[in-house]
Amino acid sequence: MDITIIYYLIPSLIMFCCGVYGFITRRNMIAMLISLELMLNAVDINFVVFNRYLYPENMEGMFFTLFAIAIAAAETALAIAIIINVFRSVKNISASDLSQMKH
Amino acid sequence: MEATIPVLILAIPLFMFLLLGLLGKFMSHKMAGILGTAGMGITLVLAYYTAYLYFFSGAPEFVDAAGNRLQFLVFNQDWLQFYDKLVIRIGFLLDPISAMMLVVITTISFMVHLYSNGYMRDHHGVYEHGFQRFYAFLALFSFSMLGLVVATNIFQMYIFWELVGASSYLLIGFYYVKPSAVSASKKAFIVTRFADLGFLIGILILSFYTGTFNFTELTSAGVGENTFAVSLSTAENIKNIFATSAAPVFMGGSVLTWALVLIFMGGMGKSAMLPLHIWLPDAMEGPTPVSALIHAATMVVAGVYLVTRLFPLYLMEGVSLTIITVVGAVTAFYAAMVACAQIDIKRVLAFSTISQIAFMMVSLGVARPEFHEGLGYMASMFHLFTHAMFKALLFLGAGAIIHAVGSNDYTAMHGLRKHMPVTHITFLIGCLAIAGIIPFSGFFSKDEILSACLGHNWVAYVWMSLVAGLTAFYMFRLYFLIFWWKEHKVPQGHHQPHDQPWTMTVPLIILAAISCVAGFIPFGNLVSWDGVPYDFMAHFDWSVAAVSLVVAILGILIAWRMYCKENALPEKMRKALPNLWTWCFHRFYWDELYMFITHKIIFDRVCRPIAWFDRHVIDGTMNGLAYVTNKASFAIRGLQSGKIQSYVWIYLVGALLLGIITALCVM
Repeated sequence: MDITIIYYLIPSLIMFCCGVYGFITRRNMIAMLISLELMLNAVDINFVVFNRYLYPENMEGMFFTLFAIAIAAAETALAIAIIINVFRSVKNISASDLSQMKH
Repeated sequence: MEATIPVLILAIPLFMFLLLGLLGKFMSHKMAGILGTAGMGITLVLAYYTAYLYFFSGAPEFVDAAGNRLQFLVFNQDWLQFYDKLVIRIGFLLDPISAMMLVVITTISFMVHLYSNGYMRDHHGVYEHGFQRFYAFLALFSFSMLGLVVATNIFQMYIFWELVGASSYLLIGFYYVKPSAVSASKKAFIVTRFADLGFLIGILILSFYTGTFNFTELTSAGVGENTFAVSLSTAENIKNIFATSAAPVFMGGSVLTWALVLIFMGGMGKSAMLPLHIWLPDAMEGPTPVSALIHAATMVVAGVYLVTRLFPLYLMEGVSLTIITVVGAVTAFYAAMVACAQIDIKRVLAFSTISQIAFMMVSLGVARPEFHEGLGYMASMFHLFTHAMFKALLFLGAGAIIHAVGSNDYTAMHGLRKHMPVTHITFLIGCLAIAGIIPFSGFFSKDEILSACLGHNWVAYVWMSLVAGLTAFYMFRLYFLIFWWKEHKVPQGHHQPHDQPWTMTVPLIILAAISCVAGFIPFGNLVSWDGVPYDFMAHFDWSVAAVSLVVAILGILIAWRMYCKENALPEKMRKALPNLWTWCFHRFYWDELYMFITHKIIFDRVCRPIAWFDRHVIDGTMNGLAYVTNKASFAIRGLQSGKIQSYVWIYLVGALLLGIITALCVM
């Protein structure tokens, strides 16, 4: 049995949809952050897979993924810092209680 | 002639204005008064020196070989250049009338500066609030007036014309906490501005056709470097330019006539001719020295000066001179009638000023080169000179009286002759001069005017002689009511009135002395319309002089009979002619007429509908737009919930919809 590209894309799609679902439904900001990471990782998998199967002679997809991982790490650190500060000011990290953003 | 002194004549008052206006509040009142007076004193000396050089030095730029006086451009600097043809210049034109005006303006202005040191304080010597501001404005006025008379072109004249209007506005409204002063200043500004609209249109018409603003190109011909001689052929050329233009006639009059009449309209506003006279009596709300300087001696004669400046052009259009004569004659009679029935002594003097300026206007209107070499022109300038001196004297005397009794009405005065001897004598001299009694200055100048009238038209002569008689009557009515009538009664708690400090009496004495001797100045030798010296006595008409003297003495005798001692005659006269008295007292209801036209017709019939249209139609459209925007915003504000997950939902749904639409389109 050949392992074709579709075998990678389906789990990636499932991961992405889980991420979207989690991002919309979970009120806890930490959970939302985890969902966001899930979506990012799904995209990373797509990059690697497309690179490997469509243009095996090039390495751009790989590099892009490495960059994305690094940036995701930095972004997570930033997000956690924001969440901590939000918690300090409103004693809560529920996204539904943060409607001051509209002001 | 070097330009240094002329520049200084303009620069010193301007500098004083800036100094006192900007730094006045850091200096004491006394300091400001001394500085202002000293500045004007220096200007006075420089102006006298300039006039002396012009009239008596005999330098080739001032008189030609035949002894005729020339116009000399001391300097003429480009100030604002629009393109190579349209240039506005600022310069200094020296000719007989501007040299004479330099003397008049600086003399009166210096006297007023000196006098105000005493006048602008109360009886305890405390200076009035805004004393420095007062001197700053006086300096500004002097600067503007000097700039006006030395203007080399009509646009420079217009600029300074507006500047004197502005400084007049500032000085009338000097007591800006008094509502009457504020409304008087606004009235003066708006009425003269309305007249200046005509002036501006006249300037534009004139310069559009002739392509120049310069007086020297309009009325004279060059005879050397920067020197010019008044020339009728230049004026004739200009008339031809108009006559051969594409549209030489407009509404029955030649375009040149229209331009000249419109320019004269500016002069009517400034010189308070009917029907634009209504601002001048109210302008007496300003401090009395201001009335003496601006509203009697200098600024109000700017209209006369304007006509004399363009006199050769006016000569080309007899119609415009006729209009000037008629306007002047009607105004002279009207103002003299009204002056007979006023109670406020400053108003009497104001109407007398209007009447006397009208004399000058009539004199210009009847001046023709054919008759005694343009006697009317010389007479007008002569009367301007003598009138400035004795009218300033009368105003300053009135100021001294008002200062002493604290009221403007003669009912509070009566019998002041024993209390204020100096004021009494000088005021009497002023009255004799204006009434035209030999040998005071007014006799000579008024006699010249009447001679000029007789030479032109006997109706004008009879009419103006009648007005001269009225002048003598109302001035002596005023004199007797102030100084005689009955013993002076001092109201409870007031001081005995007395002569004022030397700063106020010295100007009175000097001006009275000038009024005594000014008639003997050989004025014709100095000023004539074409610069040719003019033998004054050769043209003196003794029969006219005798008649006018008799008329004046008659006027004085009637005034003496009616007002010298308290009696019932004035009351009887008033009862006998109730309507005439009421009409005169109410100034023939001109103000009411203006009120009616502005309020009932312009405001109610024109402005109110326009205001309604603005408020309902234009504002309504704008308000409707704002209303719709507002409602729409409220309708969609719910989208901006601030909840991040609802944003994501909307984003997702939108993205999916777009994807579906794209897919459908592709398929």
